[in-house]
Amino acid sequence: MAKKPEFAVPQLRKELENPAIVEGAMAHSQPYMASPEHNTDLGFPGELVDGWEMKAVDKLGDLLNKNRALRVYLDSCVKCGACTDKCHYFIGTGDPKNMPVARQDLLRSVYRRYFTWPGKIAPKLVGAKDMTKDVLDDWYKYFHQCSQCRRCAVFCPYGIDTAEISMAARDIMDHIGLGTKYNNEILGKVHKIGNNLGLPENALINTMEGLEEDVEEETGIMVRFPVDKKGADVLLVTPSADFFAEPHVDGLIGYAKVFHQAGIDWTVSSYASEAANFAMFIGSYEQMHKVAQRIRQAALDLGVKRVIFGECGHAWRVAYSFLNSLAGPWDFLDPKYPKPQHILEVTHDLIQRGAINLDAAANDDKVLTFHDSCNVARATSMGGIEGGQFIIPREVIKASVNKFVDMDPGTIHEKTFCCGGGGGLLTDDLMELRVKGALPRMEALQDVVDNHGVTHMAAICAICKSQFAKVMPYYDFPMDMIISVHQLVGDAIQLGTKE
Amino acid sequence: MSYLTLAYASAFYFAVAIMALGLAYKIRQFWVTPAPLKIPLMPAPMTQRGVAFRMAREVIYFESLFKSNKWIWLFAVLFHAGLVLALLRHLRYFTEPVWFWVVLVQPFGIYGGFAMLAGLLGLWARRFLVERVRYISSFSDHLMLALLVMIGISGLTMKYVAHTDIIALKAFALGLMRFDLQPLPTDPSLLLHLGLVLTLMIVFPFSKLLHVPGVFFSPSRNQVDDAREKRHLAPWAAKLDVK
Repeated sequence: MAKKPEFAVPQLRKELENPAIVEGAMAHSQPYMASPEHNTDLGFPGELVDGWEMKAVDKLGDLLNKNRALRVYLDSCVKCGACTDKCHYFIGTGDPKNMPVARQDLLRSVYRRYFTWPGKIAPKLVGAKDMTKDVLDDWYKYFHQCSQCRRCAVFCPYGIDTAEISMAARDIMDHIGLGTKYNNEILGKVHKIGNNLGLPENALINTMEGLEEDVEEETGIMVRFPVDKKGADVLLVTPSADFFAEPHVDGLIGYAKVFHQAGIDWTVSSYASEAANFAMFIGSYEQMHKVAQRIRQAALDLGVKRVIFGECGHAWRVAYSFLNSLAGPWDFLDPKYPKPQHILEVTHDLIQRGAINLDAAANDDKVLTFHDSCNVARATSMGGIEGGQFIIPREVIKASVNKFVDMDPGTIHEKTFCCGGGGGLLTDDLMELRVKGALPRMEALQDVVDNHGVTHMAAICAICKSQFAKVMPYYDFPMDMIISVHQLVGDAIQLGTKE
Repeated sequence: MSYLTLAYASAFYFAVAIMALGLAYKIRQFWVTPAPLKIPLMPAPMTQRGVAFRMAREVIYFESLFKSNKWIWLFAVLFHAGLVLALLRHLRYFTEPVWFWVVLVQPFGIYGGFAMLAGLLGLWARRFLVERVRYISSFSDHLMLALLVMIGISGLTMKYVAHTDIIALKAFALGLMRFDLQPLPTDPSLLLHLGLVLTLMIVFPFSKLLHVPGVFFSPSRNQVDDAREKRHLAPWAAKLDVK
């Protein structure tokens, strides 16, 4: 059980009515600021620069010229209210600035003031605001209460994506010296060491050797966990959480068993030992580019033919939707395979072809449900079919488990709720926000637990897994209820029957 | 020629110029600003044709709004569909002879006028009655609704309360188009109606009415799901690749 929280954990609601507005309910919530060296490591000013007001406005102008989405979204909102009740943070906190349109307006009001005629002439009339310290404080608080999950955008008649706006706001803040400790410190580690955890090469090798021993002890079969193996066919890029923490590591064991049985020659890279790309969270194309280039470099150095990504939500967004832009073209890889590929696409294909043997009875002690991770659901696809990102994980789960039920249709697929910890908010200094933001998912889970006896929820995102393991106890669910999809595969696979 | 006719005629040319130039400027701006990354909201169509179909569903029946909230959807459809019908009805003032289908659409234009008002009043009521929508409404949101409602009311007034001389009005309208000014009738409801419409045209490119071109430029809805197959690269981003 988690220690007693310093805030009230929301009650699971029986009727899903909208929360009453509580102004300033989360005005105390903000992440720790980055220390100067965490900012300067990324090329940002160490602390709030002199004349930051106009420098912020200038940066906004720069982004307006570089990003059509930002420009169109700031101009197009009609304040219809369609998004107002769609954000998990609003549902969990009732703070009106957590309504997507209100969050956008924190930036839009400044845009109007400096970049539109009505805002220059009659600011009060159109809700335009000067760039002041109060505005900046609100930006820092409330653009760090957005997990960039895109749920609001699904319901917007213009597809206005608050994620784009919060990314822009964070990018502007970084450029005037106001970064978050959590994100910027982690990015610094990726640039220096190659992964979010700061796990150096020898530690990675030790970890992987340890896993080989564990699996051999448990199954009697030597399953390899190769590191920096030159000439391997496949480079596996997986979130570094997979290397050491529960429930992530069971997923990694699952991938290794799949590769082993299918006879796929694979390796991880100690240089690009991270699938996550937190630069997306801070909205920096340049940082994202730099992190993604490590993967390209590793693929070239190791001479692999395929790149496969492990279970990680925003990483799959960067991989599926951005990697070709950031680090392409990938013409040196085998054209027979998508570039890059998701581990679930690989496993699904192997199941279809009968190349791996799964015995779902191995998981008969479990009743599963599946949490669609926001970035996978709304920003990527799988398998080259529309909606493949919903179908393929479920098919793989159903091949590995006999008992599976979905949660309420309003909380899955494109309407899925964020776990509450995405978008660079997975830090202990935002615990209250994370717990409250998990409310809608916890309610949907409670429903299938009560009505279908669900015992476990599978996910394919390192952030979701970490977040749920941490917040589920607040809602009286056991923390080990959250598991990796590839843990199910790894437990069901019949080693020694194919290879 | 009366001063009034001259004033309205010049205001008309001014409003048309502002709206056309303003919109052209904004559309060009939307067009030339690159979208550096592929950000379609998934599941997204995998072909350009599919994207056109998705966009048509958004523009014609407000698919996403329907998913979101049935009340907003209902009022929005009443307003927009009503507005389209009312606008089509008005084509009779600008065509001679009046096109066949414009004749057919005349009675629907009237229904449209009422539907438009009903939708607007519904949307406006939400700005007072729904706490969340009240919170996000700024003064300009109310003004915009007031403007549109007054346009609707002044228009229907001429149909049902105080008729204007529509023969003379049509002569004025055709005169505007042919640069051969004809006198404008001086009924107050007509002058109000036209004045408000011209105001709407002038604020169009500077206000949230930009959602009209904006919807077509929204990358989350107009992009094809093909990021792995086709490399998408903004010119400014390409420079990062060259070290």
